[in-house]
Amino acid sequence: MATGNRPWSVNRRTILTSGAAIAAAQITSPFIITARGETPIRIGLVDPLTGVYAAIAQGEVVGAKYAVEEINKSGGILGRPIELLVEDSANDVGTGVQKTRKLIERDQVSFIIGDVNSGIAIAMAQVTSEKKVLHIVSGGHTDPVTGTSCSWNVFRVCNATAMDANAIASTLIEKFGKKWYFLTPDYAYGHSVQASFEKVLKAAGGTSGGSLVPLGTPDYSSYLIQAKAYNPQVLINVMGGGDQVASLKQFVQFGLDKQMAVGGTLFELESIRAVPDAARIGWWTMEWWWDQPGVPHVAEFNAAIKKITGGAATARNWFGYASVQTLALIANQEKTLDAPKLARALSGFKLPPQIALQPGSPSYRAGDHELMSTVFVGEAHPPQGDPDNMFTVRNPVPGEKAAGSVEETGCKMQWPA
Amino acid sequence: MTAASSRKLIVLAAIWVVLLLAPYWMAPLGGYTALATRVLVLGLAAMSVNFLLGFTGVLSFGHAAWFGLGAYGAGLTLKYLALSTPLAVIAGMLLGGLCGAILGTLLVRRRGVYFAMVTIAFGQVFYYIAFQWSSLTGGDDGLRGFARQPLDFGLFKLDILSDANIFYYFVLVCFALVVGTMGFILRSPFGRTMIAIRENERRARFLGIPVERHIWIAFTLSCFFMGFAGALYALVNNFADPRGLHYSQSGDFVMMAVMGGMRSFWGPLLGAAVFVVLQDYLSSITVNWMSFVGLLFILVVLFFPRGLLGFFQRSKA
Amino acid sequence: MTLLLLFNITNGLIVGAFYVLMALGLSLILNLSNVINFAHGGFLVIGGYIAYAISPYVGFWGALLLAPPLTAVIGLVVERVLIRPLYGRDPLYSLLLTFGLAFMIEDLTRFIFGPQGKPFAIPAFLAQPLSNELFFITGYRLFMVAMVFVAIALLFVLLRYTRLGIRIRAGTLDLETVAALGINVRLLRSLNFAVGIFLAGLSGVLAAGQLGLEPTMGTGLLMPSFIAIIVGGIGSLPGTLVGGLLIGVASGVTAVFFPAASEAVIYVLMAVILLTRPRGLFGEEGMMG
Repeated sequence: MATGNRPWSVNRRTILTSGAAIAAAQITSPFIITARGETPIRIGLVDPLTGVYAAIAQGEVVGAKYAVEEINKSGGILGRPIELLVEDSANDVGTGVQKTRKLIERDQVSFIIGDVNSGIAIAMAQVTSEKKVLHIVSGGHTDPVTGTSCSWNVFRVCNATAMDANAIASTLIEKFGKKWYFLTPDYAYGHSVQASFEKVLKAAGGTSGGSLVPLGTPDYSSYLIQAKAYNPQVLINVMGGGDQVASLKQFVQFGLDKQMAVGGTLFELESIRAVPDAARIGWWTMEWWWDQPGVPHVAEFNAAIKKITGGAATARNWFGYASVQTLALIANQEKTLDAPKLARALSGFKLPPQIALQPGSPSYRAGDHELMSTVFVGEAHPPQGDPDNMFTVRNPVPGEKAAGSVEETGCKMQWPA
Repeated sequence: MTAASSRKLIVLAAIWVVLLLAPYWMAPLGGYTALATRVLVLGLAAMSVNFLLGFTGVLSFGHAAWFGLGAYGAGLTLKYLALSTPLAVIAGMLLGGLCGAILGTLLVRRRGVYFAMVTIAFGQVFYYIAFQWSSLTGGDDGLRGFARQPLDFGLFKLDILSDANIFYYFVLVCFALVVGTMGFILRSPFGRTMIAIRENERRARFLGIPVERHIWIAFTLSCFFMGFAGALYALVNNFADPRGLHYSQSGDFVMMAVMGGMRSFWGPLLGAAVFVVLQDYLSSITVNWMSFVGLLFILVVLFFPRGLLGFFQRSKA
Repeated sequence: MTLLLLFNITNGLIVGAFYVLMALGLSLILNLSNVINFAHGGFLVIGGYIAYAISPYVGFWGALLLAPPLTAVIGLVVERVLIRPLYGRDPLYSLLLTFGLAFMIEDLTRFIFGPQGKPFAIPAFLAQPLSNELFFITGYRLFMVAMVFVAIALLFVLLRYTRLGIRIRAGTLDLETVAALGINVRLLRSLNFAVGIFLAGLSGVLAAGQLGLEPTMGTGLLMPSFIAIIVGGIGSLPGTLVGGLLIGVASGVTAVFFPAASEAVIYVLMAVILLTRPRGLFGEEGMMG
């Protein structure tokens, strides 16, 4: 155990297994990072490395690994090196829960990070609060994570969906008008984004229609036909990942971009890269952006990530990075690994500029443990100069302004006795 | 007592000793109790699939549907009806089993590859229902907000919620109950008839055996067992989600049965153990674990079609 | 409302045509070799990514021309090495093998091309809608339908008028007799498999232009093709054709009234058809064994 290798000898008895294991070790680079020193502090990261979220999940891993490297260079946590154990949740709740238990029970990790899929993140949070382990949700967006399902040990780096929607809604109303049509994926994430948008729109006296689209729909023509029949000023595209790519492609091919504006909350750099130039359009929010002239440390971080991935740093890289750095900072500040103590100290904790990598110093709000991170509202476009320069920030909205009050999130924080 | 039957008894005793002591020998070997619990539950599911596949010769590739329904049945009971673990397990078993029984009537006239195809398609119906009916099932985010409840025996309480070892033994007792029932059925005249149908359906028919009815009963029983396993799975995770119903989950179950040895009673449990442990291990060391699992499928089919137990038995003979 | 409905019926036919292309390949292999090819979606992905990889050198049209035969060659190798040993064994084994193969293809695609989706550009003149009124009929979609019809016509000619095709059809009905007549059944099965995979590869290129490329895209497109075959009647190629179009229209129309059920409706349709016609619309007596 002390060397950081993970002994597991049962299955080595079968020839097949060890054959596969040896082959695995040779062909692929394992995700385990072995740190130097005697007793490393372990951080467990659970993310859907395979399946539809693979690209963004692996982005978080890159950022987290880079943070580990940096921290180990500067003395680790409490003088001990840290070790990142990455597990694949395979975008499956059962697997995610099982991996979390494995990390806590067998590998004795001190902290848990994950998951991109909010459903898995909340299921993991049940385990981490039962085991009293500090848990950072790096990239799962639905409101309940820091809302109705909030928990004393769970903190979130990425934004709640309501924050993103609040930040961009007024811009869309001002620029394009108050008649909207929603293209919303039919699950909790989609419903919660649409509800946030509708709230703002209603307050402004606007009207809207919409389609609830099953996840993984390959063909959007029926929905686009309905959208066009409604004749909105803005099509709000809430679809995520591959669904968003396919729906935007079809939106442009149908020539609808000439008849209505398109926009929404997230259009992540990973997704912008996956669409052809014609579909790189619309108004969106970024939760972090690599090109922030004048903001210190951002360019260095971007350059470091570029060395690893070959592309500009994405919001997902930063989520992974900020999650690990937060844990190191707070543990070193408090000089303990005790989860309840650290959680209390993290409530209201401000991220320093070299970690925040954005204007100001956002803090983890005490009431709901949501990081009050800046929301970058802007416009997508085909590359200009740098191949990853496909988004221009027009209006950075401070996190506190976008988030609304703690009461609105529905979070009632319960601390262990 | 003959040498063969005493050897059988020794093997049986060995299996139960290994299962009974699992929490104690797993940890030193680098395992953890939750993994053993998972092996037990998925092993039970694989044995239920094999009840149909190995002993009646009928290939259902949509059995995950009954498994997933069992999970939802248990979860919904705990969440909305009653805070009782035994009731949840029974509800899950009934939901999976009854749905299976109804659809079974549509299926029994088909054989072989067509049976497999239609079961996949019907399994997906339930997958989509679970996926789309989000007001009840939580949709893609899964059903949450329930937890297994401590068992109250009046005189004492068993805390299966927070003590992983106690929960393991609770699952083991459930497992023993179902497996015992399975063994009993297979030894009964009905079980013999199932095997007769597997070996030669036409001959069985000529003997006046109502083949369709027998297949339907076997299918239904296997759905009830599957629902039971699914209910336990919901208790393991305190969660139920649509992926438990997906046909890829069915594929995993069939694979466990084949890998362990589908002609033997205990084979699927061995298959499940190897499969779960291997997947757990591989996915920790490489992000490309899917290739290795896929490769495993291919290698087993090409080189060990009789499964691990079949392979050992043959090399012994 | 009627206009909207009419739009969606037309649109459903377009979508259905795509399912047909997938399902025909699947159906060919199933009928002759009794193999449910779970990796069919995987071959679609291979076709799409081959097109993506070669299009910088040969352009869209070159990729469209080359990717399907290249996919078919890969299919031929797979058939020779992996599938052939399984003929005559319980269909369970080929099912499991192709199931594992689908896993491997998805993972290797991710390994080679990365988890991130890839854009696949189509010629600009195809990426336009035909008219402002019928905006959902783009040149590309029309082109897809045309390609489907060309493929079906060629398949028809192949099966009807060539020696290979006649043997495939005969083999579907009674393989033993065909073998007894001295026809090389192994070769027949190989070629038939290759034709099926060719169609999967073609679907892949066409889908790439419409949806973009992702390692996971195959799985989502596989199930509708399954349903198309069951609805049309296992064993009947015309049935597959009708089944594909039918489920396309059904899901298109449902999307207007009850979008949440637009995926589930094809399963409901299947259940209803199986209840009233247990062998599917065009299923032939005796094909069910």
